[in-house]
Order: sequence, then structure tokens, then C-alpha cells
Amino acid sequence: MAFKNIFRFKTLSAAAAMLLFGTATAMAQTAPAAPAAADGDSAMWIGVGYYVLLFVLVAIIVGIVGKILRVYDLTSQIQGKKPINWNNIMGILFIVFLIAGLYGAYWEFTVQGTMTLPEAASKHGVDIDNMFMVTFGITVIVFVLTQICLFGFAFIYRGSDKRKAYFYPHNNTIEKIWTVIPAIVLTVLVITGFFTWKTITNSNDVKGDMPAMNIDITGHQFAWEIRYPGKDGKLGAKDYKLTTATNKIGVDFKDQASFDDLVADTIVLPVNRPVRLNIIAQDVIHSVYMPHFRVQINAVPGLPTYFKFTPTITTMDMRSRLDDGKFEYLLYCNKICGGAHYNMQKIVRVVTESEYEAWLAHQKPYLNDALKKELKMVDANQPQAPAQNRLALNN
Amino acid sequence: MSTLAVHDHGVESHDHDHEHHHHDTFLTKYVFSQDHKMIAKQFLITGITMAFIAMTLSILFRIQLAYPDKTFPLLHTLLGRFAPEGRIDPNFYMSLVTIHGTIMVFFVLTAGLSGTFSNLLIPLQLGARDMASPFLNMLSYWAFFLASVIMLSSFFVQKGPASGGWTIYPPLSALPKAMPGSGEGMTLWLISMVLFVASSLMGGINYVSTVLNMRTKGMDLWKMPLTIWAFFLTAILGVLSFPVLVAGVVLLIFDRSFGTSFYLSEIVVQGQVMPFEGGSPILFEHLFWFLGHPEVYIVIMPALGISSEIISTNSRKPIFGYHAMVYSLIGISVLSFIVWGHHMFVTGMNPFLGGVFMITTLIIAVPSAVKTFNYLATLWRGNIRFTPAMLFAIGLVSFFISGGLTGLFLGNAALDINLHDTYFVVAHFHLVMGSAAIFGMLAGVYHWFPKMFGRLMDEKLGYLHFWLTFIGAYLVFFPMHFMGLDGVPRRYYAFTEFPSMARWLSVNVFITWAAIMSGVAQIAFLFNFVYSIFWGKKTTQNPWGSNTLEWTAPVEHLHGNWPGEIPTVYRWPYDYSKPGHHEDFIPQTVPYSETMSSNLSHDFEDNEAGLEAFKKWQIANPPREEVK
Ligand code: HEM
Ligand SMILES: [Cu+2]
Ligand SMILES: [Cu+2]
Repeated sequence: MAFKNIFRFKTLSAAAAMLLFGTATAMAQTAPAAPAAADGDSAMWIGVGYYVLLFVLVAIIVGIVGKILRVYDLTSQIQGKKPINWNNIMGILFIVFLIAGLYGAYWEFTVQGTMTLPEAASKHGVDIDNMFMVTFGITVIVFVLTQICLFGFAFIYRGSDKRKAYFYPHNNTIEKIWTVIPAIVLTVLVITGFFTWKTITNSNDVKGDMPAMNIDITGHQFAWEIRYPGKDGKLGAKDYKLTTATNKIGVDFKDQASFDDLVADTIVLPVNRPVRLNIIAQDVIHSVYMPHFRVQINAVPGLPTYFKFTPTITTMDMRSRLDDGKFEYLLYCNKICGGAHYNMQKIVRVVTESEYEAWLAHQKPYLNDALKKELKMVDANQPQAPAQNRLALNN
Repeated sequence: MSTLAVHDHGVESHDHDHEHHHHDTFLTKYVFSQDHKMIAKQFLITGITMAFIAMTLSILFRIQLAYPDKTFPLLHTLLGRFAPEGRIDPNFYMSLVTIHGTIMVFFVLTAGLSGTFSNLLIPLQLGARDMASPFLNMLSYWAFFLASVIMLSSFFVQKGPASGGWTIYPPLSALPKAMPGSGEGMTLWLISMVLFVASSLMGGINYVSTVLNMRTKGMDLWKMPLTIWAFFLTAILGVLSFPVLVAGVVLLIFDRSFGTSFYLSEIVVQGQVMPFEGGSPILFEHLFWFLGHPEVYIVIMPALGISSEIISTNSRKPIFGYHAMVYSLIGISVLSFIVWGHHMFVTGMNPFLGGVFMITTLIIAVPSAVKTFNYLATLWRGNIRFTPAMLFAIGLVSFFISGGLTGLFLGNAALDINLHDTYFVVAHFHLVMGSAAIFGMLAGVYHWFPKMFGRLMDEKLGYLHFWLTFIGAYLVFFPMHFMGLDGVPRRYYAFTEFPSMARWLSVNVFITWAAIMSGVAQIAFLFNFVYSIFWGKKTTQNPWGSNTLEWTAPVEHLHGNWPGEIPTVYRWPYDYSKPGHHEDFIPQTVPYSETMSSNLSHDFEDNEAGLEAFKKWQIANPPREEVK
């Protein structure tokens, strides 16, 4: 039995040593210090050699331990003692794993669990979070119980020559019970989930609420273009065929409503007012992801999508709640879209109604001078492109 | 079909059978072999090779994630233009994840797993001389091999391999301008996958027809081991769903090469208005996931079948609820065709559809739960023997639980809004599919290694391999849940651009080192595998005391599997530790007449004559002690 400890200790400490030294060796160099060719090369190979050596060392240790075990086994057999009972060792390791694992999971929940998103900053987000907690509660209970059974049984019923297993091929009652109970629990989850989902995706304005304000978001590699409606509160029509360097998202100026549309750099939202993001992509699929608001919907070329939600916590408020003066809500791309997919973000700011009005007054019109100039030129010989407003499948 | 005829002549001719012209050359024995056991080994070794390649790719991108702002001159030496100045290029990072995913899902866990064990076990466990069509079987392997070579060759084209993710959504994958990997790399990916599907179909049709037509005498469907049920249903899933992928892929090829617009519409790439009109990227997503979801079950069901067999054998107990196990496999198979939309909740698909898919998705969790409970009940009051195979099978159950439970979050459309495409999903599927299925595969290798190579693998190294991999996999994937819950997206080259994500860097470093540790642990397996093929301890015919038919075949491989007549089957495969029997197992080939003392009236459910004989015997031999 003592050898078990050596065995575990050696391999573990070797692994630990690797972890310790690993990060700090010659393999890695900080970016700015571009190595001089020859110098860097030899340093690199030394680094490689170091790791190879480390590996060989570990392999040798494993080999030696293996040999020791075999010798130990043989000698104890010669002395008429029992050989190592690996069944017992594995059973015990499972119970150790169970305890360490449950503690590890608990540690993760308490440490990394607290690093997750703050409370939902939108109306429907609260419903989602509640759903989440219910599901979480159920699954954690099942998780703990089943893992305890699994490793517990593995330990308790580890094999021995003295026992015979219990011949127990089936039991219809038990099987019915554990079919029906999950079915019931899942039905509850499905029904609540279904209604939550329905309310979230319902595109009609709720009676009594303010009508949703519209904001237009267009994704392309690798940025988002934001367009606000002007005083008329209406976004002008678009036609992708009109896209040029100045008319970046192809606004159609035959539609009067487009004259007063505004471009913005940040998404600024008045608190407690429903907004409807109208979303499209120009080149490939992107995804509008605003995790703090529990908002996500893909931006698809040729298929306008939207997401309607009501922000409920201003940025300032969230900053004080989180005690983080630099906190910002973010919108970022969450559908693989190319090399710079990892950096396609917009800041979202939730402000009070008056701040919003003040901000809006400062935004520039989409129809800027350059565009006006270009349009005059283009207008004359522009082919009559039929305004194609394809309906989103989800309208 | 010639294989069927063997028992007509070759009773004592042993090492030579049906193919009278024969005397294998090296080429027909090891390369263009039509023997199912050799083909199984070919699949296995190719699968393992691909697995190591895909694992290396993952270590490369894990290094990038852990050290986004460091340079590694070695990477430049190894990867050249793909890692300028020793840092992986963002586009190449995407290629790495894409090819890693593709190889793991299709080449390792579909072909490597089903290809190996369906080929090995279907004839052996059913009592057949070979597959229904050995020739098609050979073609299946070689199409797979070719597909693998083409997939890997894409690393050698100028702009690098495909890089749109393993799901290759157009327009990203359709527009060569959209990213470098969408050029020739994507073309190779598509060609490779078409070949792969061809391979998979040839294999699948073969498996289905073998199971249906070539079972030995007495082997009715309800006497088949759960492995065979799993392979059978998996093959059906594959045959029904892979063609849809081909349809999707062919239309994509048209869009890419012939200017059609199946998936493309209203596109402006880099300021240039494209002529495509009327297509829908969502159509591709439907076609892809119509395969994609069944595919995940194509991956896991064989693993579940294998672990059923291993858990039962090594617990020395019948699998609990054999019928329920079969029905839940059937249930999963049927349901898996109507849940694909759960990958598309937030794609812009009609939300009503999303609601429907959410209902079907959560229903599929019921049979999955039943299977888990049945595994636990099988272990309960067993007499568990921890062979390495058993350890991996237990590990599989643990992963299947951990990963399956997070499915309940993702399957809920409302919750998926915030979880879709985050690391939460990565954690989910790497546990429930990645780790669980790999563990099923490894369990199978340890368990049937003696059958394949006539030797045993080293147990101690197996233990070491198991523990390092098991702990490593949890260390790698468990923390990812929390990153996902913090809204960290998958497929991001670096988290450096977001202060909120940069917090996770230390976790990334940890995960990377855990991944490296598990990766290194696989060398223990590889060594064990190769060493044991040549120098392992010779095995006995039935090393695990198992009931199934493959262990009645001699250790030496014969073309035709059994030297004499194919054995007849009399009972189900799970008579372990049956009370009243002197041993703790009764092979399927032992007739009830030889085990009077352990028979139960239950054994004669549809056998009137047998029951009568048994009753008579009982009266003649009153039980000395009541057997419960
Ligand atoms: C309890 C049953 C399960 C449920 C309810 C479930 C649900 C889901 C859902 C809803 C998603 C989509 C998440 C998203 O992209 O936002 C997903 C992803 C995935 N699931 Fe499951 N799942 C279950 C079991 C499984 C099993 C058994 C496997 C494989 C053996 C599996 C493999 C996958 C894979 C590979 C993905 C990710 C695909 C990708 O986007 O790349 N799941 N699962
Ligand atoms: Cu994007
Ligand atoms: Cu799925």
C-alpha cells in the first residue's frame, strides 16, 4: 500500500513541477522583444530541449514506478502475501475524486461563479435569470446526487472474490418512476420556458407601454453601423444595392423618412423605454450580443431580424452597483465572421430620458454633405431599383 | 455473400476457408483487406492518428488563448507563415478551431468510433462470418482514408485550411473574399466531407444489413447485446441524415463555384455589391443541423452501447433494464430528428418554431436520463472489477451526466438567448459529446484490444492514463461554464480587446496547462497501445469472463471468425452472477438445458415447451434454499 503513495506522489509532483516551471521558461517571450534571429533560435531550441527533457524525466519516473510496482507485486507473491489490490485502490481513488471533485465544483461556483454577469439590466432579462436559477437549482441537485451515486457505488461495490453481484435485471416500478419524474420536471421547465420565450419574442407593443423606439444596426466585417431615426421617429428604407463608401449601409433616399436619420458611434438608450433593434448584416452572418441585457440575435445578410427589449438600469447606476467606475455595457459580435471576429464591439450606454435627448441632439445626420454631393451625381442615372423590403421570417 | 456459405464446407479447414484462391499477400491482408477485423483496425489506427493531430491543433490554439500577447519562436519555426513572428495569425486560429472540430466530430468520433467497433463487433457479436458486403466495407475505409488525407492536405494550400467553424455557415464559407480559409481550403473541406459521407453511408448500409440479415441461429433482436443495438440505430441515423448534409454541401459548392444563390442574398463584401439574390443562409443552417444534431447522437450512441456492455461485464451484473435501454436508444434516435432547431434559436428563425424545438429538445432529455439511471442501477450491488475499460466507462457516465445537465439550460430557448455561442456551449458539448464519446472509445479499445490484437494492454499504464485524462478533462471544461455565464464568446482569437474578458486570462492559462497535461497523458496510451500490439501479454480466449459471442471465437484471427460452425445463441447476453450457477457468467451459447439450477421461469417467457420442462425439473429438484 505504501507504494501507492509513492506512485501518486511522484507523478503528481512531476506534473506540478511542469506546471510551475512551465509558464516561466524560455519558450515564451513578451511580444515587443522580437528576438535577434540567431540568438532567438538557440534560445528557442534550449527551451524545446528543456521540455523534451522534462518529458523524458517524467516518462522515466513513470517507468521506474511501474517496475517497482511489479517487483513489489512479485516479492509479495513469493512471500505468500496478497498482491496489490488494485480494485480497492481504484475504488478509493473514486471516492477521493468524488470528494475533491464536489469540493472543486463548490469552489468554482463560489469563486468563478461570482465572476459571471451581473444582474440583468433589462425587463425580460429578469425573467431569464429567474428561469436560470430554477433550472440551476434542479440540475445541481441532480448533478450532486447522481455523481455521488456513481462514485459511491463504484467505491462501495468494488469487487472482491468473496462476494457475488446481485442478479437484478430489471424492476418495472422503479423504471417507471424514474421515467415519469424527469418527464414531469422537464414538462414544468418546458412550459415556463415556453411562455418566457413567447413573451420575449413577442413583437407587438404591449398595451399601455410606450411604443418601442427603433434603432438600426448593420453588421459588416468588422464593425457595426448604428442609425437612429430623426425627428419623425421613422427609419428610412434601405436597399443594399445603393451601398457605397459614403452611403455605407445603403439608405434609400427616395424614402423621405430617411432624410433626418442620424448616425451614432455609441448606442445610447433611454432607461425604461422599449427599444427595437432592427438588425441586418451586409457580408456574412454576425450576431448582436448584449449579454448584460440578455439580448442576442443573429445579423443575417438578406434577412432582417430584430430584438425588442427594455433596459432598466442606467450605466451610472450599474457602475455604482458593481462598484466599478469604468463599467460599460457592450454589444459584441457572437457569430464567427472572420479574422477580426474577436474585436467587433460597440459601447452601449443607458441614460436618463433627458440625457438621451441631449445626446441625440448632438448626433450627425446620416445624409451628410459628402453623401448629398454623391447622391446628386448618382440620382440622375440611377437604375430604378425596386425597393425590396423583404420581410423577416420572424415578423 | 460468399462468407455466408463457409460452414458448409470448412469444418476442419481452419485457417483457410471460403476464398479458395487465397493465400493473402501483404496487400490483401493489411492494405486492401476485406476482413472486417482488419478493417476495424484500420479505422482504429487512422482514427487514433487523426485524434492526435486534432489534439495537437487544440493545444496550439489553447496556447494562443492562454498567452495572447506572447510570442513563441517555435511556433514560427513549425507553422511558418501561419504564425508570423511566433504568434498564431487570427485567421489561422480560426482554421485551427475549424479543423480541430471537424476532425474530432467526424473523423475521430464518427468514423474512428463507429468504424472501429461496428466493424469489429457486429459480425463477432452476432455470429456472422463477415459483413454483408466485405467489398463495400473496404471501400468505406478507403473513402474515409482519402477524406482524411484531403482534409489534412488543406494545411498545405497557400491560404490555409477552411476556417469558418466546423459548422461552415455561409456566407462566410461561401465567399472566398470573406476570409482566407474560404478559398481553396474550403473547397478541400467540402470535397473531403463528401467523400467522408460516402464512406459513412457505405459503412452504415453495411451495418444495417448485417444486423438485419446475418445474425446467427437464435440471435433474435432481443438477444442482441446493447452494443449492437447502439451500432444498428447509429447506422440508421447516419444513413438517414448524412445525405442531407451532402445536399447542403453540394448547394454550397454551387454557390461557391457556379454563381448560384441558394444561401446568398443581398450581400456587400468589402464595399462591393454582389449579384446574389433570393437565397437564405438560414436554409443552410437547417440542412446542416438536420444532420448536425443526429450527428451528435451518432457520436454518443456507440459510446453508450460500448459502456453498457463494459459496465455490465465488469460489474458482473446484468445491465439494469435492458428493454428500457433499448427503448431509450430508439427514442433518442427518433427524437434526434426533430430537435435540430435548438441550434438555431437566435438565428432569426421564426420564434414559434423555436418554441416547438424547445419542447422536442427537452423531451429527448428523458430517455437520456433513463439511460443514466440504468447505469447507476447496474453498478448498484455489483461486484465491480476496475479494468481500465471499466474506469473509462464510469468516466463516460460521469461526463454524460455533467454535460447532459447543461443541455437543459441550452435546450431552453429563453436561456439560450444569452448562452448561445458562448463558452457555456463549448463546455456542454465537450463534456457530453467530446469527453464522453472519447471515453467510450478508449473504454472500447481497452476492452476489445485482446480481441483485436490477441494481447492485453498494460493495466497500470491504463490506470495512469485514465486518471490523468479524467481529471484533466474536468479541469479543462468545467471552468468554461463560468466563462460562458459571463458572456465570453467562443471562437474568439484573443480576449485582450475586452477588459471584462481579460479577467479570464488566468483561467485560460490554467485550462491550457490542464489541456497540455491531458494531452501528454495520451502518450501513455499511445505507448501502451503500440507496445502491447507487439509485446503485450498474450490473452486468453475470454479474458473478461464475458457472455457475448466474440469471446467464443479463437484468439487467432480467422477469415470467417469461427473455425467450425457458427455458434448458436440461446440466451440474452447479460446472465452475469445468476443465482444457482457455479460461475458468475453464462455465455450466450450455453443452452438452458445445461443450466437447470439457475434458470428462472422468466427465461422461458415465449418458450412453452421449455417452461414445461423447467417446471418438471423444478418439481424433481426442490430448491434447497430459496433463491431470490
Ligand atoms: C440532455 C440532452 C441535451 C440537450 C437538451 C442538449 C441541448 C443542446 C442545445 C440546445 C445546444 C445548442 C446550444 C447553442 O448553440 O446555443 C446544444 C449544443 C450542442 N450539443 Fe447538446 N444537448 C443535449 C445532449 C447532447 C448530447 C448527448 C450531445 C452529444 C453527444 C450533444 C452535443 C452537442 C453539441 C456538439 C453542441 C454544439 C454544436 C455547436 O454549436 O458547435 N448534446 N445542445
Ligand atoms: Cu462579426
Ligand atoms: Cu443538438
